[in-house]
Amino acid sequence: MVQRPAVQKGTRLALLCGAVPFVTLVLALPFVNRVEPTVLGLPFLLAWILFWVAATPLALAAAAWCERRFNRPDRDP
Amino acid sequence: MSLPLVVILAAVVLSALLGVLAGRRQPKNLEAWTVGGRRFGVVLIWLLMAGEVYTTFTFLGASGWAYSKGGPAFYILIYGTLAYTISFFLLPVIWRLGKAHGLHTQSDFFLHRYRSRALSVFVALVGVAAIIPYLQLQLKGLGLIVEAASGHSVSSGAAIVVSFLLTSAFVYSSGIRGSAWVAVVKDVLMLVTVIVVGFGVPSAYFGGVGEMFRALHAAHPGHLTIPGTTGTMDVGWVMSTVLLTGAGFYMWPHLFASAFTARDAVTIKRNAVIMPLYQIPIVLVFFVGFTALLAIPGLRDGDLAFLEVVRATYPPWFMGLVGAAGAVTAMVPASILVLYASTLVSKNVYVPVFDPGASDRKVMTLSRAMVLVITALGLLFAVLLPNALVDLLLIGYDGVSQLFPAVVLGLLWPRLGARAAGAGIVTGLAVVVTLVFGGHDPFLGMNAGFVALVANFAVTVAAGLATRREVPT
Repeated sequence: MVQRPAVQKGTRLALLCGAVPFVTLVLALPFVNRVEPTVLGLPFLLAWILFWVAATPLALAAAAWCERRFNRPDRDP
Repeated sequence: MSLPLVVILAAVVLSALLGVLAGRRQPKNLEAWTVGGRRFGVVLIWLLMAGEVYTTFTFLGASGWAYSKGGPAFYILIYGTLAYTISFFLLPVIWRLGKAHGLHTQSDFFLHRYRSRALSVFVALVGVAAIIPYLQLQLKGLGLIVEAASGHSVSSGAAIVVSFLLTSAFVYSSGIRGSAWVAVVKDVLMLVTVIVVGFGVPSAYFGGVGEMFRALHAAHPGHLTIPGTTGTMDVGWVMSTVLLTGAGFYMWPHLFASAFTARDAVTIKRNAVIMPLYQIPIVLVFFVGFTALLAIPGLRDGDLAFLEVVRATYPPWFMGLVGAAGAVTAMVPASILVLYASTLVSKNVYVPVFDPGASDRKVMTLSRAMVLVITALGLLFAVLLPNALVDLLLIGYDGVSQLFPAVVLGLLWPRLGARAAGAGIVTGLAVVVTLVFGGHDPFLGMNAGFVALVANFAVTVAAGLATRREVPT
C-alpha cells in the first residue's frame, strides 16, 4: 500500500464543524419532532430546523477558519 | 393581450436577450461554453448555483408538500443544507482536478480518475437518463405556472414552446455564462415574489404567520410534525431521505460540473458557506402551502396550492409577476440541464464511441448541435408525451445519488479501481429499480434510494478490497 499523508489538524477540526448540521438536522430529529413550545409563532420542529439551517453558515465559516489556521497552506484540501 | 401575459412575455424575452448578450465577448470554445473559462467569482458562482437549485419545484412542490403532506415537507430545508456542507469539503478537490486536467463534465472526472472509457460512458448515460425527465418536469412546471398566471389566456403548451426555444437560443450562443446572467433576473423576481406572498398570504387570511400556525394546528393536529398526513414518511424516512438527497445533490451532472466554473477553490468554499442561507426563503413557500390548506381545502393536486391561493388573494396584475418569476425560474435550470446533457452526449458518449480523437473544435460544434436535439426531445416529452418518462423521473434522484460512493471513495482511496466502482453503481441502481418499481419505497421505513446507497457503498468497498492489487497507483 502507498503511504498516505496523515489528515492535518485543520482538516480534522473542519470536519468536526461540518458535522454540526448532520447532528442537529439529522440525528436530533426524533427528539425535536413536536409542535410545542412554539418559537415566534413557529411550530417547534420548524423553528429548530430553521435555526440550524441558519447556523450552518457559521459552522462552515468556522471550518474554513480552522483550515486556514491549522493547515499548511500548500496542502489546503 | 392581457396585462399579466405582457409582464410574463417581457420577462421571458428580456431574460433570453440578456442570456445571449452575456456570451458576446467570450471565446468560442468548449472551455468557455461549458465552464465559463473557469473564471467565475463568488457572485457569478452564487447566482449560478442558486439559479440551479431553486427550480419550479421550489414554488410548486414545496408548497404542495406542505399542503398535502405536512411535516415531511421540512426535509426540503434540510437536504440542501447537508448538500452544501458536503460540497464545502468535496467540490474544492474536484475543482482542483478539473483545473489541473481540463475537465468539463462529471463523466470527464470518471474518465480521469478511473481511466475507464466504459465507466465514463456509462456514467454519462446515467446522467442523461436522469436529466431528460428532470428537464421535462421543469418545462411542465413552467407551462402550469404561465397558464394559470395568465388567467388561461395562453395554453401551457404554447408557453413551454416559446420559453424553451428562447432558452435554447441563449444556451447555444452563450453557454453557462448565459445561464448565470439570466439567474440575476430569476433570483430578483423569485425572491420578491416569495417574500411578498410568503408573508402576505398568511396575513390576508389569518392576520399573521403565528395565527395561521395556531389555526392550522387546531384544525389539523399532527400536520406540522413528521409524518404529517402521510402514513409512510416517518422520522426514519426523513432522516434517510435527507442523507440520500444531501449526498446525491452534487452528483447531478449539471451541479457537479458547475464546480468547474469557479475561479479558484476558495471561491467554491465561500459559496458553500453562504448557500444554506438561501434555503431560508423556502420557509415562506411553506407558509403559503399551509395557509392554502385552510383557505382552499380539498384540492386534488397539492402542487396547484401555491398558484390557487395566490390567485384567490391577489389582483390579476400580480399574477403576471408570479408567472414571470415562475417562467424564468424554470428557464435557468432548464438551460443548464440542456447545456450539460448536450455536452455529455457529444463529448462523453458520441466522441469516445464513434469518433475518438475528435478535436476540441469539433466537440464544441457537436455539443452545440446536440443542444437542438435535446431541445427537441425536451419539447417532445413536455408537450406531446407528458407521461412517457414518469418512471425515470421517479428514480432520477435515487439514480444519480448512486454515483456518490464512486466519487468520494475514488478521491480518498487511490487503489479503488473502475470495476469495483462500477460494481457499486450497478448494485445501487439495481436496488433502486427493484425497490421502487416493486412498490417497496419506503423500505423498512427508509427511503429506498438510501437503502440502495448503503448496498452500493458495501459492494464498492468489498469489490475494491478484492481487486486492489490489480490497480496500479
